Parts: sequence; C-alpha cells; structure tokens
Amino acid sequence: MLDRLREICSLNGASGDESRVRDHIKARIAADEIAVDNLGNLLVFKRGKKSPKNKIMFAAHMDEVGFMITDITDDGFLRFGAVGGIDPRVVIGRGLELANGVKGVVGTKAVHQQSAEERKKAPDFEELMLDIGAANRAEAEKYAARGDYVYFCDDFFGFGDGYIKGKALDDRAGCLIMMDMLNSELEYDAWFAFTVQEEVGTRGAKAAAFTVAPDIAIVLETTTACDISGVSGDKRVCELGRGAVVSYMDRGTVYDRELYGLAFELAEQNGVPVQTKTLVAGGNDSGAIHVSRGGVRTCALSLPCRYLHSPSCVIKESDYGAVRALAEKMLSAAAEL
Amino acid sequence: MDIKSNLKALTEKAGVSGDEREASEAAAELLRQYADNVEIDSFGNITGTVKSDAPDAQTLMLDAHIDRIGMIVTYIDEGGFVKMGSVGGTDNRIMAAQSVTVHGKRKIRGVISTLPPHVSNDHSKVAEIGELAVDVGMTKEEAEKCISLGDRITINSDFRELIGDRVSAPAVDDRSGVCAILTALKMLKSRKLKYNIAVSFSAQEETGERGVKQTAFRIRPDRAIAVDVSFGRTPDSEPQDTAELGSGVMIGFSAALDREMSESLRNIAAEKDIPFTVEVMPSSTGTNADSIAVSGGGVRCCTLSFPIRYMHTPTETVDIRDIEATARLICEYAGGEENA
Repeated sequence: MLDRLREICSLNGASGDESRVRDHIKARIAADEIAVDNLGNLLVFKRGKKSPKNKIMFAAHMDEVGFMITDITDDGFLRFGAVGGIDPRVVIGRGLELANGVKGVVGTKAVHQQSAEERKKAPDFEELMLDIGAANRAEAEKYAARGDYVYFCDDFFGFGDGYIKGKALDDRAGCLIMMDMLNSELEYDAWFAFTVQEEVGTRGAKAAAFTVAPDIAIVLETTTACDISGVSGDKRVCELGRGAVVSYMDRGTVYDRELYGLAFELAEQNGVPVQTKTLVAGGNDSGAIHVSRGGVRTCALSLPCRYLHSPSCVIKESDYGAVRALAEKMLSAAAEL
Repeated sequence: MDIKSNLKALTEKAGVSGDEREASEAAAELLRQYADNVEIDSFGNITGTVKSDAPDAQTLMLDAHIDRIGMIVTYIDEGGFVKMGSVGGTDNRIMAAQSVTVHGKRKIRGVISTLPPHVSNDHSKVAEIGELAVDVGMTKEEAEKCISLGDRITINSDFRELIGDRVSAPAVDDRSGVCAILTALKMLKSRKLKYNIAVSFSAQEETGERGVKQTAFRIRPDRAIAVDVSFGRTPDSEPQDTAELGSGVMIGFSAALDREMSESLRNIAAEKDIPFTVEVMPSSTGTNADSIAVSGGGVRCCTLSFPIRYMHTPTETVDIRDIEATARLICEYAGGEENA
C-alpha cells in the first residue's frame, strides 16, 4: 500500500491540472465503463455480484492544493497565489517546483535583517516570492509563465508507528481506496467518481453527481485531525489510529442521519475502529453531492489527517485499512437500504 | 564541477553546532587531498597545514565554520511529541509543517506539528520555538528508546540546482565557505606559496564563535582570512545591506579588520579581474574574524564573503560563481609564481 500511495501522491495535480492523476488511475483500474467528462472528472462503473436497490456512488477527489504564478518581476522572481486553502506559513522557507520540473525556493530577507516585529509576523502570499535562480525577467520567462502551476515538493516517507507523511494525501488516499475497490470483486454494482476541483469549491463533484445521478453517495476523504501537542478536548477534532471518521455535520453538509448511524452499526458488527469529529469543521465533496438533482443521501468516511493542506500531511496506515473496510460494508448495506 | 559536488556532499551532512562530527569527518576527508596534518580535535574543529618553501614565511590562517544552525531536543511530552529549542539564530517563521530529522540513536524522521486553522485563525502568527513540537509518530515510551534530550534536529531540504549557477540547500552557511577554501587550496597546488597556510574549519560559530578561539590559539597565525556567507539581495531587503547574487566576492572593511589586508585584497581583485564588492561593517563583522583578530597577541585579519539568500533557513541560496571568485582571490593573495 505504501508504495502505491507514494506513487500517486508524487504526481502533481492541483485543481484544474488533474490530468496526470487521472491518467495514472485510468491505467490501473478494472471497470465496465470509464468516462471522462467535460470538467475532467473520471466516472467509472463496475458491476458487482448483485444489482443494488439504490444506485450507489463513491467519490474521492484527485486534485490537491497548489499554487499558480501570478506575476514575474523585473528581477526574475515569481509571484504566486494559492490554488485552494493554504496557510502561507507552510510555504515560506521550503522548495517548490513548477509542473515542468524547474525548482525554486521561497524566502524573504534573512532573519538577521528582520526587525523584532517582522520576526513575529508571518508574511502573506502577497509578500512571498518564488526564486528559481533567474537573474532577471527575461531569464525567468524562459522557464515560467503567468498561470503556470507550482507544487509542493515530493518528500514522502513512513515514520514512527505506522504513520505516513506526504503531500497530496488529501485526497489521493481516498482515490487509492476506490482503486483498491475497483480492483477487487464487489458485492453490488457501484459508480466511482474521481472528481476534480474539490479544493476550489467542490466544483467537479457538482457535475459528477448530476451525471451519475446516484440515490446514495459515499464520499471517501481525509479530514482535519488535531491530536497534537498542546491541544486537548474537543479541539483535537479526531485522532489518528482511532479508525474511520464518520461526520454528522461539517461546514458543507448535514449528513444523512440513517447512514451516519448505519456506519457506526456496521463498524461495531465487523470490528472496524470508527470515530466521529468533535467539532463542526471542514467540508468536502459531500456539500455539492447531497444537494444535486432532487437530493442525494450522503455520508463521508474519512481518514484522520494531521497538517492538512501542507506539504507534510500525516495519516496512519491502520486508518486507511479501517476506511477501506467500512467502505465495503457500507456499499452492501446502502445498496439494500 | 568541484565546487558544486563538494557543496552537495557537505550540505547533506547534519553537523549542528556542538555535534559537528559527521560534517567534520566529511570536510576532513576533502581537506586531506590538499593539506597535511589534517586532524579533528575533541571539539569538532578540523585543522590542516600546507607549508611554504619560502624561508621565514608568515602563517596565513584560512577559516570557515563547519557547524550549522538547527534545533535541540529539550523535552518529550506525554503524547510522545518532541519539544525543542534553537541552536543558533533560527528563523521561526519557516518552521510550520517542515519535514525534519531527529539525530537520535538513529536518524528519526518527523514533522514539525502545526495548528490547523480551526484552532489558530491568525495566519500571520509566528509560533515561538518553545510552542513547537516534532511529531515523530511514537508514544512517549517508544520515543524515549531512541531520542534523548540534547539530540539535534535538522530540517530536511534537498540540494536543489536552480537556473544558471545557483543552488539551494541547508547549511550553505558556511559549508560554502569551506568549499571556497578547498577550491583555493586546489588552485594553489600549481603555485609557490607566500605564506605557510593553516586551515581551520571551526566548530560552534553559530553559538558564539567558540571553536575558532581554540584553533586560532593553537595556530598562532600572523594573518587570517575568515570566509563566511553574507546577505544576498532579495526584493524586500535594503540594497545598501545586501549584495546581488553573482556579483563576486565581498571584501570586508571594518574597524575590527586590518585595513592593509582589506585594501591589499581589493587591489588584487581589481588587478586580476576578479568580480568583487566591498562589504562595510562599521564596528565589527559578526564572523569568526572578530575572535581571530584578538587571539593571542593579535592577528591581522580580513573577511571574504559572498552573498547568499534566505540565510538560516533550509533553502539558503548561493551562486557558485561567487564561491569561485572567493577562491580565486584567496589563491592570488597567498600564491606566488607558478611552479616550474
């Protein structure tokens, strides 16, 4: 699993630039129908042993957060903005790369030359510049253009007791679970939507849900875990190693109550670790899917993930197994609901 | 190219102040190609000599520091998170979510934990070093088996080749100074020497110029050149406080430096067409030169620097041509006629 996850996370695919991820997935799945829609969503149908009472759609997004070049300065620096929600504090002082492989670094004047006030205030995107080594605008323009995508550098590793660190785990982990399901025998027919542009407003899922027109949707995601030093109680939200996260509500969706309960029931019956969030926070493709057409009953099964939207997303391998197992059980139960 | 490959080899070593061992060993290995009597002392300083044939030649000390800034383990909390302190002047604005290595019983990978937006809405707040912790993915019990208080922590960042002759890596401060001296010694192989050369790659500069006090005392040089990095121009910096990358070697002028040496170095650079700028540091230099100058009965001293961007971050950026210009100037200063 680790090697396959490493492979799919290493691909650069920010919102609107998902083709590398899509091609990678397409080449590695077995299905009965595969279509790519106008937005770039990859819509896949696979027959199971039985036909379901309800049409079921799984969804996971292919895109990751990234950056786009907005300007090139006279002295050869690149200004850039975030594609998706990125805290500028996880951008300064590290390397980024352009889609064409050109490498750069982000920094400001040296700490020695900062005033006491400047040292305490993190610069915003307007103040950050990407330095690709170009001496001036003309040289920079040979390698970069306004509108080009920029990515966090790939630095993927397993560490500690089954933890995994990498960029784009949000939501390539969900994509990989859907690939696993497509490459195994399913109990029931199911649709799988590998969506685009989740990070810029769950845009791909709107079109995908319309086209597939499911009765029930199961979104596979990563969600904010804050089980870190100095954070206690409800602020921890959910914890790595405690299994699949099933949400009752986040900022985009009030989830179907029966599916929510069903997930916990199935988890208990099958010995799958499961938890919920202790804070109404975050959002995912469910927000777009559940209000599609005449309404779609929706639930989200997530991997708890530390440091989301940074180059150092951290998940735990055992949670991957829990989400994978629960997704299969949910398919069978939701198909006959 | 020698400079680039040496810089890559040296910047891949940890060697945070007080724990320079792996960097010292790598630097000593490179120095043995050009110098005799290469030794690593108990403090982590590396010294070596190259003798001149000239009778009564003075001793010229060439110094660069081998240590780098980093962090140090101060506490392992109940959840197994590793608390830390700074070793040298870290830039704490760049810490969040960095990939790090804890240099414990083995090399342990981890991530500097950072609060997500729902807990800390202020994206401009910089956490103090004491508020940060390394997530090593272990319980306290597991962590204590392989991590001890006092172990060093470094931020992982690749050696990156940028456009042209520019590269970016951690510890360019001052492993690039080490590279400049190594390159100068290589160039000097074909020349007679005006001075007996004593090399010092000194430890613990970042924590207060401590290693060089010891090497300067032992070497007792007549003259010294301290090679260190200086401030490269960025869009937000003051032009008078910085030099452009690619503008060559920076020759120090300061109350704390020997004016005759500064002027002599400037004249040689001009004469030999070595690109240079003058770096004015009115009172003192903030480099090992300040300590060398007052060692023993006093040492004539000058600094040669070159500009780097993003000093004290894991992406320090330098132009290889500036390192080469520095090496050439050292070579022209110490070298006499070509060997027969």
